[in-house]
Amino acid sequence: MSKAPRASNGPRPLLEARNIVKTIGTGAGELHILKGVSMDLRPGELTLLMGPSGSGKTTLLSILGCILSATSGELHLAGHQAVGQSSEDLAEIRRQHVGFVFQSYNLFPTLTAIENVLVALDVRDARSADPMETAAEALKSVGLSHRMHTYPSKLSGGEKQRVAIARSLAGRPSVVLADEPTAALDSENGKAVMELLTEVAKDPTRAVMAVTHDHRTLHYADRIITIEDGRIVGDERPPKKGGPGDGAASKKKNVAA
Amino acid sequence: MMKRITAGAGASAPAGQGKVIKMAPKIAYRNLFHDRMSLIVTLVGIVFSVVLVAIEVGLYKGSENKIATVLDKAPADLWIVPFGTKSFDDPSLLIGHEKYAALSTPGVLKAEDMIVSFSAWRKPEGGKKTFILVGLDWANGGTRPWSIEEGDISDLNNPNAIAVDRSYFKDLGINERGDYAEINNQRAQVTAVTKGIRSFTTLPYGFTSISTARKFTGASASQSTYVLVTLESGADIEAVRKQLSERLQGTEILTHDEFTRRSINYWMFSTGAGLALITGMVLGAIVGVVIVAQTLYASTKDHLNEFATLRALGASASYIHAVILIQALMSAVLGYAAGMLLAMLAIYRLSVRVPTLTIVMTPKIAAYLFALTVGMCIFAAITAIRKVTRIDPAGVFNR
Repeated sequence: MSKAPRASNGPRPLLEARNIVKTIGTGAGELHILKGVSMDLRPGELTLLMGPSGSGKTTLLSILGCILSATSGELHLAGHQAVGQSSEDLAEIRRQHVGFVFQSYNLFPTLTAIENVLVALDVRDARSADPMETAAEALKSVGLSHRMHTYPSKLSGGEKQRVAIARSLAGRPSVVLADEPTAALDSENGKAVMELLTEVAKDPTRAVMAVTHDHRTLHYADRIITIEDGRIVGDERPPKKGGPGDGAASKKKNVAA
Repeated sequence: MMKRITAGAGASAPAGQGKVIKMAPKIAYRNLFHDRMSLIVTLVGIVFSVVLVAIEVGLYKGSENKIATVLDKAPADLWIVPFGTKSFDDPSLLIGHEKYAALSTPGVLKAEDMIVSFSAWRKPEGGKKTFILVGLDWANGGTRPWSIEEGDISDLNNPNAIAVDRSYFKDLGINERGDYAEINNQRAQVTAVTKGIRSFTTLPYGFTSISTARKFTGASASQSTYVLVTLESGADIEAVRKQLSERLQGTEILTHDEFTRRSINYWMFSTGAGLALITGMVLGAIVGVVIVAQTLYASTKDHLNEFATLRALGASASYIHAVILIQALMSAVLGYAAGMLLAMLAIYRLSVRVPTLTIVMTPKIAAYLFALTVGMCIFAAITAIRKVTRIDPAGVFNR
């Protein structure tokens, strides 16, 4: 994996995407899903990626998370160039730098909550002074220390999503990507999960991005990127109630058309 | 309310230190036991396969032992056999000077005559049975009869004395030791009874002294079917064999292993007798592979979303392959244990019900069977591995 050149000034983005294009099919069936997307994710920020169905949100999330390869463009994640890498090299980048939170939780139904977290540590082959303690700490941080040995089938939707967040954090990723994290939850659990992601994003060494349709989540965002028809059409920093940016939102439209 | 979540959810250890909890075996174990019905089908397949292969292998090995039963009790470095001998019980006579030619060859310590001859046994109550007469030269320090259950070797020194196996009494029309019969129209008395010495064919063995055997078969005083050569310590077996070959025209000089292998190959392959057993073994293994492959593939498909999640979390292909292989290995161990238990029970019951059937099961065969079972399950895992290798981790976003 090649290393990206270091940014010359300003806080260095943890993820930088430049002119990402994703095309599937050939000939008459060719479909351009992403049409030159450029964006970055900066540490300490919770970014929401919004857009209508079919706009390319999930494809972009997959590419940013090194699950899917871009057809062309540049993607630097924690200093690693990801475009053009082999599937095993992409897996290595994911392993070391990316944490995922899925809409359907994607927990292992045959493993308990703590075992689900341990899987993330094991996949990374992460040596820990005490992996059980590390996993327990991750669950404790999402308020589930009392549900460590419970199987997913016995957890509520909100609890499952919190286990998924604990799992994504256990590997100490620099980027956390969440796909519709509140879509399967009621408003109360959705709120709890968004508050948790907000806390996660406060870490100055980590960037968090969540794909969402849920407008109730907007006020948690440090930044909102809007995508339509494979292009980014909006990138704004909404004012936060009582926050330093309150009333001073920066707004940029059609940034990467 | 919520704890502040910092860069890591736990402390990492210095490089090269710390513990790693291996989750792949746990995932494999849970996947295996999650669907009990699938597990039962898998185990039934493996058990069926192990039992079938164990019995077929046991029968094959038992057949080999029967073919080599006399050879195994007559250790010799070299065997001088008539040219073109196909197996131990494909006898013809040597000229008669071979033993002395061997004794005069440098490096030879001992040479021993043995007669093997198809002979006619006339039953006391009438009727004939062909049997294999074996004449041993124990009087001169050669091979001695073994497994004598009634009588002893001195009883076989009597003129016309013969030892037969108790399991052939009915075939030979006799009831007890001391009964008389005729061999090649000469009176013979059963003076000793052996136990458990059976031939591969339906023909019984009868053991007598070399001199009595010559009398029964009409061989001259120096003739024999085979000459068993024992070498002096440190003698070069190939050099001795070369010298014997040059001196003894119309013979072949075989090592003990060569003669044993030739006899086994003749009966098991040239006659086709072993093919049925080998076919049974192969079919058993194929059935095992197919059943395990199907259930493992079904299990993998059932857990495809989890494998995709593992891949999305950054698991390497080898990590996911390990989960499937461990699952296959666990199936192999469980199936083998149950299968061998059933096979041993079946072998025991068969040996009680059909005493003439020889099914051999040794720790070595059991170890080979275990290796075969593991290999079978790993081979069966290939289709499942191919399935997950093609898995698209992006699928996790669509589920």
